[in-house]
Amino acid sequence: MDAKPPVNGSVTRRQFLRNGARLMTMTGLGVAAGALATRSTGAAWVWQIDPAKCLRCGNCATQCVLEQSAVKCVHAYAVCGYCQLCTGFFWPEPNELTTAAENQLCPTAAIKRTYVEDPYYQYSIDEQLCIGCAKCVEGCNRFGNGSLFLQIRHDRCLNCNECAIARTCPGEAFRRVPVEHPYLLKTTSR
Amino acid sequence: MLRRLKFVGALGVMLLLALMVCAEQRFPPPDFENGYRLPSASTPAARQLWLQYADAGVLLAALGISVWLIYKKRSRRGLFWLSLFSLAYFGFYRKGCICPIGSPQNIVYGLFNPDYVVPATVLVFCFAPLVVALFAGRAFCAGVCPQGALQDLVLIKPVAVPLWLEQALSVIPYLFLGAGLIYAGTGTGFVICRYDPFVPFFRLSGGVFILTAGAAFLMAGMFVGRPYCRFLCPYGGLLRLASLVSKWRVRVTPDFCTQCRLCEQSCPFGAMREPAPSGTNPKWLWAERKRLGWLLALLPVLVAAGMWAGSKLSPAAAQLHPAVALAERYTRQQSHPVQYGLMTPESLSLQRAAEDPKAVLTAAADLRHRFDLACWLFGGWIGLVIGLKLVALSVRPGRTDFEPDRGACLACARCFAACPNERVRLGLMPAAGDPAPS
Repeated sequence: MDAKPPVNGSVTRRQFLRNGARLMTMTGLGVAAGALATRSTGAAWVWQIDPAKCLRCGNCATQCVLEQSAVKCVHAYAVCGYCQLCTGFFWPEPNELTTAAENQLCPTAAIKRTYVEDPYYQYSIDEQLCIGCAKCVEGCNRFGNGSLFLQIRHDRCLNCNECAIARTCPGEAFRRVPVEHPYLLKTTSR
Repeated sequence: MLRRLKFVGALGVMLLLALMVCAEQRFPPPDFENGYRLPSASTPAARQLWLQYADAGVLLAALGISVWLIYKKRSRRGLFWLSLFSLAYFGFYRKGCICPIGSPQNIVYGLFNPDYVVPATVLVFCFAPLVVALFAGRAFCAGVCPQGALQDLVLIKPVAVPLWLEQALSVIPYLFLGAGLIYAGTGTGFVICRYDPFVPFFRLSGGVFILTAGAAFLMAGMFVGRPYCRFLCPYGGLLRLASLVSKWRVRVTPDFCTQCRLCEQSCPFGAMREPAPSGTNPKWLWAERKRLGWLLALLPVLVAAGMWAGSKLSPAAAQLHPAVALAERYTRQQSHPVQYGLMTPESLSLQRAAEDPKAVLTAAADLRHRFDLACWLFGGWIGLVIGLKLVALSVRPGRTDFEPDRGACLACARCFAACPNERVRLGLMPAAGDPAPS
């Protein structure tokens, strides 16, 4: 049996329509790609939290697709007051100002408190332990200088097309930033 | 609990105190006398840009190899190894993002939201498989898609889906695509990515719902070949359209068809189609033409009905947008207050809305107008898809041989081995005219 399509009107008409449709689709795709490419300035985007909009709700610790969130607490040392009673480190009305577990706000003891000089203490974040729950951020922002804040750590972030935390963020604090400037750090006082 | 209450109480007292203190830096940074130097926060860089270009390069190379394996080598084994590579690279190494399935959303989001510029890699991921499909069919589905590769791996006992069900379910991808695009265009979110059942497997973590859905798809996939690809994948829907008009197509036989029917059962994805019956009864022909005429006339009616129904969907659809949801919750809170826990996302977002209710409400109203248009278009799109499907079903097939359906064929190359002519080509079997080996 001959597999060659018989040369009659129906087949050639179909082929003609097919070629036409292909040409039109190619043109359409070309126009769309061209329109989008000409506007292109930034090379790529990554997600980041705007610290000024963050409401410290705690979603960052639970909503990330990673088992341990890509969001961690970051410390802007230049903003910090180096307080002896750090409201990001201690529970309100702590028993005593020591690093004992019952005094600490951080559920994973991820903040290290080290003595600098009287009466100042340095507070630094152990990122391995930090879960991004924002408890310290809340304490620091409400009563202190606000030097603790949440940021997406790009060594961990998968840069999902739809950030799972962003879509539940009550402050709409998540936004895409250019990959060249992937952090929104606090530098001066707020 | 007690500790929580105490904390809350202390918060209130200290908030008052804090308000009295000046709003600027409450505790001035100290001047250290012992030469202490301020440490600086570490900022690990995001994934290098050239690596993203490398991803696009790997995609293009894999597409090229896939086309070569389908048309030149006609090798199922080659495609299997290519799909394993894609599963490892795009799936488990790249963790599924960005993938072509979600990329049309980025394109639409970029078109309607001037703040977002679509990155070049996303353009490549979205358009390259489509362009390849316009020339060579669904080479992307065959060997490059990690989601497809994962489902292909678990397929052990394919069961044929009745053709009527297959045709009916193949409309769903377009509905999903339409929904995904209106939600992307209105800036609600990327629904297609949100409900991708396999990406959580690649990341080895995910929510209960989506992991269950993924497990269900894999379990169904043991008996129904690649269920997500065939009945849900929105990008597969686009590729199906593109391969309907493709320049080259997958053919079972390397040279000519002997109508031996050996390939009839070889397709696990229900893409194999019989030749059109030859010799037509003129009475049927007239009935067929009349039916086609009616369906063509029905097309605008379906589109109009869809638009009407779509416009009714708008208020419900808009609620998925966080800004609209917040505005609605805020208005509800005014008439029927609900007590939310302190520092919960609900109460915090309501506090934010209460700071500037007018802005929240106008933003929501603006979004609702966008949704009116988007849902109207979505409804029309559904009508168009269903109407065109009916028209396509009533057009006479021009097939003379056993052939895979142009659109439904995933180009997996399984059917090649069933063809005796292919076995002759490979030297596994003597040709009909040859003397039998002694």
